[in-house]
Amino acid sequence: MTSTSPTDAPGSPLRRRLLMAVPLGVMTAAGGAFYVLLQRMEQGSFSPHDIGNPMLGQPMPDFALPGASTAGFAAGELRAAAATRPVLLNFFASWCVPCIQEAEALGTLAADGVAIWGIAYKDKPDAVQRFLGQYGNPYARLAMDSGRTAIDFGLSGVPETFLIGRDGRIAWHIGGPLTAGVIRDELRPRLARA
Amino acid sequence: MTRPRHATRALALALALACAQPAWAVSDPREQLADPAQEARAVAIGQQLRCLVCQNESIEDSNADLARDLRGVVREHVARGESEATIMAWMQARYGSFVRLRPPFDWGTAVLWLTPLAALLLGGLMAWRASRTPPPPPAPLSATETEDLARLLGPSAGPERTG
Repeated sequence: MTSTSPTDAPGSPLRRRLLMAVPLGVMTAAGGAFYVLLQRMEQGSFSPHDIGNPMLGQPMPDFALPGASTAGFAAGELRAAAATRPVLLNFFASWCVPCIQEAEALGTLAADGVAIWGIAYKDKPDAVQRFLGQYGNPYARLAMDSGRTAIDFGLSGVPETFLIGRDGRIAWHIGGPLTAGVIRDELRPRLARA
Repeated sequence: MTRPRHATRALALALALACAQPAWAVSDPREQLADPAQEARAVAIGQQLRCLVCQNESIEDSNADLARDLRGVVREHVARGESEATIMAWMQARYGSFVRLRPPFDWGTAVLWLTPLAALLLGGLMAWRASRTPPPPPAPLSATETEDLARLLGPSAGPERTG
């Protein structure tokens, strides 16, 4: 305080240059962070809509839903099926664009023998049938939900996918479309262990 | 002089904003509860709940389908006479503490809650230090600067001149 060296005195060239560098440094760091964020969003390993579902590890909630053209299904039936082989429960909608994106991945999973049950969220039976006719039907069972079952699952949008384990609990969850990266890095290892 | 007029205008705007009633998304009377007291409770609870679709609006403010569904859920629970804490817990069990616009204080939200306090303390500390330290005396004039000054002030200028 008493003796100020000429280099760090207020208004000295060095101090001025340092002050100029601070905003630049902050901006560079922020730019780098945004770049990583956007890249992870593109890869599907980060989604701002995936808010971390507290239902993870919890028993699957109860429900009984009607079907589109055939009979729907109830939680009890899903639990019984999952007891022998884990079931992937996929919430989708014919009006949802990311659902079209993940349709191919779901088809591949179904062809590999993964049991996939679908719940159409806030949809009309004929629209669902058209959607499945156009993009393929990977679902072993199909039901329609007007929105209340989705709330019990903590759904914040479509698509969202839950893996129901042999114990009837939610073993895994993704709040967004199933991308190739997510399936390879997260779902496949999960299924191998389940 | 336009300043007083600006001030009046700003005051009028501030008053208008202060008196304005917020326009809630619950405009459909069929959504509302018949009992005004219960409806007021439902609104108070809904204003604390985040719309999971738009994420920066409460479910009372949002027009999203999910927000409408959640408003309906809140009203059902309120009509059943459930307490605010019960309804909040019901929501939190499904959507986590993210659903609360005012998140509870825990390790995950400590940074969120404490950063403003830390910034205030840091700013206060800096202001206190700055007020204690007298500004450094200006550097003495160099030989050329003294010469320039003498030239500019003219031959009659000097320290003896009190003017």
